Amino acid sequence: MSDLFQDYSVAAVRTGAYDEMFTPGQEARDSYAEVADALGKLSLADVSARADSMARTFLDRGVTFDFAGEERPFPLDIVPRVIPADEWTVLEKGVAQRVRALEAFLNDVYDKMAVVTDGVIPRQLVTTSAHFHRQVHGFEPAGGVRVHISGIDVVRDAAGTFRVLEDNVRVPSGVSYVLENRRAMAKGLPEAFGQQLIRPVEEYPRRLLSALRKTAPAGVDDPTVVVLTPGVFNSAYFEHTLLAGLMGVELVEGRDLICRGNRVYMRTTAGEQRVDVIYKRIDDEFLDPLQFRSDSMLGCPGLVNAARAGGVTIANAVGNGVADDKLVYSYVPDLIRYYLNEEPVIANVDTFRLEEKEAREYVLDNLAELVVKPVDGSGGKGLVIGPDASRDELEALRQRVVADPRGWIAQPVLQLSTVPTLGGDKFGPRHVDLRPFAVNDGDDVWVLPGGLTRVALKEGSLIVNSSQGGGSKDTWVLADSPQVPVETLPRPTISIRERVSVWPVESNWRDRQSEQQQ
Amino acid sequence: MLSRIAESLFWIGRYVERADGTARILDVHLERLNHLPMEERRRVAQELLAVMGARPESEDFGLPELLHALAYDKTSATSIAGSLGAARENARRARETVSSGLWESLNTTYYGLSQHRKDVVGTYRFCNWTLERTAMVSGLADTTVSHDESWLFLVLGRSLERADMTARMLSTRDVLSAGMSWVNMLRCAGAYESFLRTRRAAFGDQHAAEFLLLDRLFPRSIVYALRDADECLAKLDPSAQRVGFINDARRIVGQARTFLEFHRTDDLMSELPEHMERVQKAVAQASDAISRKYFNQADELAWVGEVS
Repeated sequence: MSDLFQDYSVAAVRTGAYDEMFTPGQEARDSYAEVADALGKLSLADVSARADSMARTFLDRGVTFDFAGEERPFPLDIVPRVIPADEWTVLEKGVAQRVRALEAFLNDVYDKMAVVTDGVIPRQLVTTSAHFHRQVHGFEPAGGVRVHISGIDVVRDAAGTFRVLEDNVRVPSGVSYVLENRRAMAKGLPEAFGQQLIRPVEEYPRRLLSALRKTAPAGVDDPTVVVLTPGVFNSAYFEHTLLAGLMGVELVEGRDLICRGNRVYMRTTAGEQRVDVIYKRIDDEFLDPLQFRSDSMLGCPGLVNAARAGGVTIANAVGNGVADDKLVYSYVPDLIRYYLNEEPVIANVDTFRLEEKEAREYVLDNLAELVVKPVDGSGGKGLVIGPDASRDELEALRQRVVADPRGWIAQPVLQLSTVPTLGGDKFGPRHVDLRPFAVNDGDDVWVLPGGLTRVALKEGSLIVNSSQGGGSKDTWVLADSPQVPVETLPRPTISIRERVSVWPVESNWRDRQSEQQQ
Repeated sequence: MLSRIAESLFWIGRYVERADGTARILDVHLERLNHLPMEERRRVAQELLAVMGARPESEDFGLPELLHALAYDKTSATSIAGSLGAARENARRARETVSSGLWESLNTTYYGLSQHRKDVVGTYRFCNWTLERTAMVSGLADTTVSHDESWLFLVLGRSLERADMTARMLSTRDVLSAGMSWVNMLRCAGAYESFLRTRRAAFGDQHAAEFLLLDRLFPRSIVYALRDADECLAKLDPSAQRVGFINDARRIVGQARTFLEFHRTDDLMSELPEHMERVQKAVAQASDAISRKYFNQADELAWVGEVS
């Protein structure tokens, strides 16, 4: 091992977390053998040069996210996160199961609410959720799917067990970095790719497009799909362009669309063209000024009515936010049992529901040891980590929790697992999470092998969000059976076709020059 | 394709060509300007800026201010940095449509803008660098984008801007009447060698102006650029009619071109300013007509009520 890993195990033990790459004795785990090998042969100068060139490529290619009106590159670390095949099989199954349960749940709450009648979750919980939109109550969306695209955040606790941290079934973002990271890593650490089979990620856009086309309104032969973006100032604008580009569909803004007769059209140079499926990357609140915020300039008036009439498929469906509610999250294991009659494959993180009196009292007494989150926050907004918070912050939090117990949940502080990450002149353990992406086409839930691994670049930090100093890692899922000898097809021999060229005789100027000098 | 995207492509074409033309003009004139006495220099700087279509911000406008206004001012659409920034911003908005090669070359150019010294020597290099980058951008646009509608809008913008830039180039001659040689003017347009080979000994003001204005084969001449624009417009709207043109842009461009081509003159030099004004006006009108026809977005969000 090169000295880049000097003192790594000491730092790793200090974090008290599970390390993905090394066992406590600083032996590389089996899945990391190739990576450790490749990194071991590099010096600090090599690693920094490669990291720099990767950063440069990202900037030139415009792989950025917008933060406070400024384009920033999304830092990619050179050490990948590797998931062995057996662990992935479990994760894949767990994610797909969760998506199916949430799909059933959403269909139910916007319809008969059998889940409430049967006493699985309280009615009040659903109706008080900020994202339970009555505007879309009582109709099945065209194509029959609500959760087309989802990102289920998973973490690994100190014991090495995977747990689901939250569900994102509104507009999960980050898949573009998965695609770009793999391209960058192929150039950044080519040595590690050679000896093992890493499951490819580039089929994602194809899968997504086919799922979107499959869920088009009935009776449309050749559906037109578009991606709807809020515009160039959105933090995920890069992702919108990348996905639209890779799927070969138009990227539209609200002002490009018009609704007429419960159908949606886009303005093109050849007049108006019918749109059948909208991959919506706008928050529900801004989608349709007729139904939601009337001051929104981002959406297009009439979209919700068009969806209700079955004239257009909106993916993900409007109103999915109720399933993202962190208080609903705490019931998801029950929902899985209720709808699917299965046991949850991946467990939740233990969660305190603050409306329950006993839990609330316990939480208020132990605020300094817990993480408290707002139920409808995303991107790490409003989250308070007890051990890192000051006395004043905790006091402010206490008052807010008491005032609105429905708005908050509490969880124990999880020591997220760590992966070696370049910081300064050596590798240090940094905490990571994982967001696998799932695509649901109505018949089948497909999970992208791997997903986005986000890493907190600051030592000891547990916050991985890109807006708060997080970076990312390429995520490798190792293929199940390494190197099954593929039967080689007989290939036609390549004949050498010689080229015709007229070669200028005097072109060898260097020789001539020396001749002349003599 | 989406109107909004078509508009972005049109403006990528225009802005890249504008940066290219501005760099050429600045490069040649900087050489002259440096030789002039201080007072003269100030006057010429202001007039040069006026020809490029901008107004000096203060009375105290000298060489450094000129460099800022034409090369480095990122907030102005007249300067090289401003044009390249605007081209890149347009490409960012049409990123899923343009090829990654085209987008990356514009993006890299944008990040290279601030890496130059802003004095006279640095500006020479900056102009050169700009010419290289814009050549690369147009090369990639020609070789990596399908020559469909999107490319046609790009070329349309480029051709119109080129006609406009050449007209401005020719107009700068008046500014530096004291000794602005035609050799320099031709070099400015990169036309010197082509000119020599076609006209041989017949060398003079009249011929050089004629070449940049009327030559049917030199790509930077006004007639050639207008013909290019006309062809793009014809392909974009292929409705063949037996009588007249409905398409405003085609009519304007065609009239401007044929006026030049069929105009008979004894003294081109004295008519030159008038011609240049007409060309620039035509380009502005054509651009308006194109945006009315192809890019017109709804003025505001409107909901069409349902009749049941």
